[in-house]
Amino acid sequence: MWTYIFTGSGFWNPIWWLASFVIVAIFVYSFFGSEVKAKYSPDKVKPFLSGWDEVNKDAMQVKASNIYWGFTKAMSGYYRFLDRCHTGIINDYVVWFMAVMVITFIAFITA
Amino acid sequence: MFYDIHYVTIVFLIALGIYAVMFQHNLIKIAIGIDILESGANLLLIVLGYRNGGVAPIFTMAPQGKSMVLPTPQALTLTAIVIGLATTALMLSLIVMLYRHYGTLDTREIRRLRG
Amino acid sequence: MSWTEHAPILIIAAPLLVSFAIPLLEKIDYRVRNAAAVLSLAFSVWMVLIVLHKIWGSGPVVYVFGAKSAFLPLPSGFKFPVRIMLEIDNMSAFMALSGSIAAMVGVIYSWAFVREEEGGLGKYYSLFLLMAVGMLGMELTGDAFNFFVFLEIASIASFGLIAYRREDPASIEASFKYMIVSTIGAIFVLVAIGFLYGRYDALNMAYIAKHMRIGIVERIAFVLLMVSLAMKAGAVPMHMWVSDAYGRAPAAVTATLVSVSQASLYGLFRVMFSMFGVTMNNHFGGWMLIIFGLLSMFIGVTMAIVQKDIKRLMAYHAISQTGYMLLGVGVGLAVLDNPVALRSYGLAAMTGGIFHIMNHAMYKGLLFLTAGAIFYRLRTFNLNEMGGLARKMKYTTIYFIIGAAAIAGLPPFNGFASKLMIYESVYKFNPLLSVVAMVVSILTLASFVKVFHSAFLGPEISKTRDVREVPKSMVIGMGIMAVICILFGLFPGMVVKYLAGPAAVSLANQTGYISSVIGGGM
Repeated sequence: MWTYIFTGSGFWNPIWWLASFVIVAIFVYSFFGSEVKAKYSPDKVKPFLSGWDEVNKDAMQVKASNIYWGFTKAMSGYYRFLDRCHTGIINDYVVWFMAVMVITFIAFITA
Repeated sequence: MFYDIHYVTIVFLIALGIYAVMFQHNLIKIAIGIDILESGANLLLIVLGYRNGGVAPIFTMAPQGKSMVLPTPQALTLTAIVIGLATTALMLSLIVMLYRHYGTLDTREIRRLRG
Repeated sequence: MSWTEHAPILIIAAPLLVSFAIPLLEKIDYRVRNAAAVLSLAFSVWMVLIVLHKIWGSGPVVYVFGAKSAFLPLPSGFKFPVRIMLEIDNMSAFMALSGSIAAMVGVIYSWAFVREEEGGLGKYYSLFLLMAVGMLGMELTGDAFNFFVFLEIASIASFGLIAYRREDPASIEASFKYMIVSTIGAIFVLVAIGFLYGRYDALNMAYIAKHMRIGIVERIAFVLLMVSLAMKAGAVPMHMWVSDAYGRAPAAVTATLVSVSQASLYGLFRVMFSMFGVTMNNHFGGWMLIIFGLLSMFIGVTMAIVQKDIKRLMAYHAISQTGYMLLGVGVGLAVLDNPVALRSYGLAAMTGGIFHIMNHAMYKGLLFLTAGAIFYRLRTFNLNEMGGLARKMKYTTIYFIIGAAAIAGLPPFNGFASKLMIYESVYKFNPLLSVVAMVVSILTLASFVKVFHSAFLGPEISKTRDVREVPKSMVIGMGIMAVICILFGLFPGMVVKYLAGPAAVSLANQTGYISSVIGGGM
């Protein structure tokens, strides 16, 4: 009873999850764990660089702004709308607040 | 005749305060707006406890044959005034610092944080 | 009669006393000052546990200031609730437990995080404790006006703390914006309390709830309270201050500020369930909470995914996670007048939402603290300037993984347990709502993968070459929260049985709340 919870239409028990996780992990390890590991040596990297010098470490890191570039590009219309809403002007914060209050009030009176 | 004049005043004060905060772009005017808003709320509390011709609320029970102004709203108003004072002082000092950093009091230019 | 009878007020009194004693303690030694701050909050946690134990034994605890009963009998025999009191049921104690732990961790973390040379440390600790006092007071009080006073104490203290790094223009700006919006919200709360006082001549929440009848004044008060408190809790579309304030406050403050906003969330739930309950249109209230919840979840997470500032990103996630709580509890409110639905899934949804409150306070606190740890070494929040930190900060990395897994809802961490409860019970109410909740969870995972990749993975870049692990007090502070995240994830049954479940039941039980103050007879 320490770990079991009822979730409304099912249940959750982390101990079962952990147990199955361990079993699967042992299973996977027993099948694939004995695979021969390749030894790392700098020479093996060279074919992938096609004769170019290794790039600077700072430039190699993918910057945070570039991750999910495709996602933001695809959703650019939505993000333009959000940017228009998040103006950063304090007056607009209050306008949003008052607008929500008025709309809620009207909805409540008519509901 | 003007029985409800104080409620009209309260609505007017609160509306004025909200208007100032919503549409004025000067930080000092926003601070004034907040103060007006606070005064409206305080006036509401006082009016709620007022009884026509009542005596000051300094007795546990009202004296015989006389009505007494309700003591609780006055205590509430005192507390609210003190809180309002603290808010105003802090707000003005923040405005001073904002002016030093940004060199302007216009809210449309004080928006380094957005998006 | 033992001293534990006064445990309810000691929860608030200990940090309050120490917060004003700090300027004196500072004269002795800075270690005395810091230790006093930590001990006072640890004492609060202990007192909350004592009160919680009492509640399990004998129901809600009512503590009246300076008298036995909250009522003043008039000569006519009419009894009137004039005295200020604390009313602590399972829900209040649950919130107070979560809040006091978060505040204690914040102070432990501050020991090393806020450096002596930044100055004003005495004031920092005083304000920190005052913020904790305001938060705990909001959660424990049974008096509407006291609620307002504690709300303002917590808010004003947090304005000061957000502007703590005053050489940074953005933190002053964040503090100012939060102050304007928050003050207006607080004034509306005061006006609403004034309206209710004008109708019922009382400030005692249980008394107002008992005599509640619906008129235009109550409706106005209801809307004012609901929208203002939802704003203070950071519901979209009134959430803009959250990303500013959370993003710019010192990390230790932000971790506690999450709990302070949750105190407003608690106030919202208390007003909706215990004060208005089924007397007011509970379908409308429930659906409003659900709509706020959906908007908060979706807009919060989509704004988070494009942020470049690590703390601002996490602040948007805080908004998004608040949506889950609003959704879960909102579903409970929408079916409050339907006992069959309430028993079959409504209470489970509320339990999930309430469980999520404490989980969120812990894992989001942990994440903000790891962001603070990064800031402590790099002096920047910009994700583009980070990389390869996993090589340098081992503990921080592990804690970040725990926090990120918990917020994204990966089993077996605590976030998964509460989110699963919300999904599966909300599904029975309306399947579409749980679909949105799951999509939001996936986007949450995506944006934390982004943070993890850009801050911790990758090669060691020139900026992070001489970064070291953070000092011990910060590691300990993060460790406490990480351990709680893991324990709650492994033993959700215990939490639901003793903390979240009873809290949901006591929140749904309006007559229980009223009769614990007024007594069955009256």
